[in-house]
Amino acid sequence: MIPEIGHFALVLALCVSFVQAVVPLWGSLTGRASWVALAAPSAQLQAFLVAISYAVLTWSFIISDFSVLYVANTSNTELPMIYRISGVWGAHEGSLLLWALILSGWTLAVSLFSRGIPSVMLARVLSVMAMISVGFLLFVLITSNPFERLFPVPVEGQDLNPLLQDFGLAVHPPMLYMGYVGFAVAFSFAIAALIGGRLDMAWARWMRPWTALAWAFLTVGIALGSWWAYYELGWGGWWFWDPVENASLMPWLVGTALMHSLAASEKRGVFKAWTVLLAVFAFSLSLLGTFLVRSGVLTSVHAFASDPERGVFILGFLVATIGCSLLLYAWRAPRLMRSGSFSAVSRESGLLLNNVLLVVFCATVLLGTLYPLALDALNMGKLSVGPPYFNTVLIPLGVPLAIAMGIGSLVRWKQDKLSRIAKGLALAAVASLLAGAVVPWLMGGYFWGAVLGSALGTWVILTTCQALIERFKNKGLSVASAKQVPSSFYGMCLAHVGIGVLIIGITLTSHYSVEKDLRMAPGEVFDVSGYRFEFVGVTEEEGPNYDAFVGLVKVTSGGKQVAELYSEKRRYRVQTMPMTEAAIDPGLFRDLYVALGEEIGSDGAWAVRIYYKPFVRWIWLGCLMMGAGGILTVLDRRYKLASRRELRAQAVQPQQVTA
Amino acid sequence: MIRYVIPAVLFAVLVGFLYVGLDLNPREVPSPFIGKTAPAFELPELGNSERKLTPEDMKGQVWLLNVWATWCPGCRQEHDTLLRLSQQNIAPIIGFDYKDEPDKALAWLRQLGNPYLLVVEDLDGRAAIDWGVYGAPETFIIDAAGIVRYKFIGPLNDAAVAQDIVPWIEKLKAEAKS
Repeated sequence: MIPEIGHFALVLALCVSFVQAVVPLWGSLTGRASWVALAAPSAQLQAFLVAISYAVLTWSFIISDFSVLYVANTSNTELPMIYRISGVWGAHEGSLLLWALILSGWTLAVSLFSRGIPSVMLARVLSVMAMISVGFLLFVLITSNPFERLFPVPVEGQDLNPLLQDFGLAVHPPMLYMGYVGFAVAFSFAIAALIGGRLDMAWARWMRPWTALAWAFLTVGIALGSWWAYYELGWGGWWFWDPVENASLMPWLVGTALMHSLAASEKRGVFKAWTVLLAVFAFSLSLLGTFLVRSGVLTSVHAFASDPERGVFILGFLVATIGCSLLLYAWRAPRLMRSGSFSAVSRESGLLLNNVLLVVFCATVLLGTLYPLALDALNMGKLSVGPPYFNTVLIPLGVPLAIAMGIGSLVRWKQDKLSRIAKGLALAAVASLLAGAVVPWLMGGYFWGAVLGSALGTWVILTTCQALIERFKNKGLSVASAKQVPSSFYGMCLAHVGIGVLIIGITLTSHYSVEKDLRMAPGEVFDVSGYRFEFVGVTEEEGPNYDAFVGLVKVTSGGKQVAELYSEKRRYRVQTMPMTEAAIDPGLFRDLYVALGEEIGSDGAWAVRIYYKPFVRWIWLGCLMMGAGGILTVLDRRYKLASRRELRAQAVQPQQVTA
Repeated sequence: MIRYVIPAVLFAVLVGFLYVGLDLNPREVPSPFIGKTAPAFELPELGNSERKLTPEDMKGQVWLLNVWATWCPGCRQEHDTLLRLSQQNIAPIIGFDYKDEPDKALAWLRQLGNPYLLVVEDLDGRAAIDWGVYGAPETFIIDAAGIVRYKFIGPLNDAAVAQDIVPWIEKLKAEAKS
């Protein structure tokens, strides 16, 4: 009975979201205030219903109700509780339900925290979000119903894919979806503005905190995925240019461009049409990502559970959503009034350059991802595009991006002088070149990539510090003046330093990692980068739903013990799938990574992979800094003050409901 | 005005490709062995290493080579389909036990049923390399002249057997007769 409640709640949610999609929007166009007022309550009701549905599915997992087909396929009585809860999104149906849940969560948040926004605008935003919701709920209900029953009821479930039985996977998809779906808010604001024709600086200010929040989630989500791949797949890689990874990177790139163009739209009222287009693109790429993962058009490690019929549905949905918004854009954008002018040397130009580079970057990734598909569709053969393409093409784009980034945060709005900027940056430039010369020497080997990467990373960090110093130059350094600086400025600085840290991490770990595949008998030792790895031996152990070989490697440095690394080779009992659990001794400056391969021979020798990964943590540290920077931007008191002021204005002048 | 329409046009092109892409299978990599003589091997029979089999022995009839292993979940998935195919008795299926443990493989066949006329054992995976096997399960169809004509990648299912495998076998049998 209980699963039917979930199913029923989902159907009700669909009905409510249909009402929410049509009534408030129609009311906003025909001037009926009571219809407009329906937006927020229906959004809240919808969120409540989807939450019930989701809770019911989670409950079915917790009590191992194998009469539900989805639970029988993805759970097992031996599965630990935490993975039963995260197992809800461990396969297609449940992950779509999570998508719908997060979308209704964002809708709820918009309905609650947008008191400063005129009710007509808010109604349109919520209506657009409900349209997306209608599409997704239909998708869930028609093609991927997670509440489908199974008869006869199996005694035992098929178990969760062992790859997914891991903490990283418990948190990676929700974070990523928070980001993906969060762009739906920016998208809805853009569409609502196109419908109403109102695109002013206030609009950009409403939209900006939502965009920054979604972007922060997406950043952390991608980083979590990369971290998970690093320790779980057992190869020590952290990015594979897999189509699905690219699918998450593309909205991130466009989202980053959107954040910057929004800044210009908010402060100076420029690039408005472009900002709208980026908002549409960011969400479209999120949807495209969903399509690529869920339809199986591309080969990918992530494309489990794919089905062409579902693909057709998502494609139809994609056409409806993106197609309509682009047509709306083509119709409305020419009317957007231009305002504000700027000279060639100005913050605006810098942001424009940033946008162009980021969008080209994204287009390049898109090309690499879809090229095999396009060739195949044109019957021109099969090929795969791998890291060589991406590395070759993207590094030349990344270099000017990093250089421009350092300059951009120092340039003033509207107009500036090259000579002033150059003077301010001379010191940072010299220091960066020095870093490019010294860091590779410290790391023990010169590669042009390492020189370039360390110089660029240092450059980004130093110029950001410089921007911070300039901000305080006239005010003097004190707590009072530090409080005066808006937190979005600190957010920008933190995010930019994060990029610098990321660049350094990527550079050093790519060039100075040591990776050894060895055959080791018990007692054998191997020296890597000043560490002595001693293979002690392998024992057998039993986990809750798997059996494991556990290999112990003792690491010493200069006679002192550094770590005892227990890496595992697991065999999950239900799916009989071998899994490698790498053992890692993490550190700010290096990771020691041991993964157990196969048993070789009869003397207890095993294939052992030993990796020494310098600065690999900096990659995720940089991403976390970016995410934190995004959050700081959201917390800016400007957004709170503004909405309070608008609230007062509304109280004085009741909002006119007009088309 | 025109420039505002460009995004919509580009998107339409993209949709076209995605739509065509839905009907394509990205995992289907054309095998360079199609149309070539079946690569030679001489492998022992599973559970009876005295007896050896080579593709030469199968000449004169249309036959299937199914690459499988007990460690491969996809092989478990297609096993029932294979059993049904073998009951149709239209072509012999030779099992190719790929990098497996013989004891486990024998236990698997006892437990799940044996669709194979004979199973050969490729312990080190050498012969599989010659056949261009890059994963299991894979299924090859070899014609009466000993030429590899078709390769199916991934787990077989009843639909694929009805749409691909059986028509191929019948076509090759007809060729052999004429």
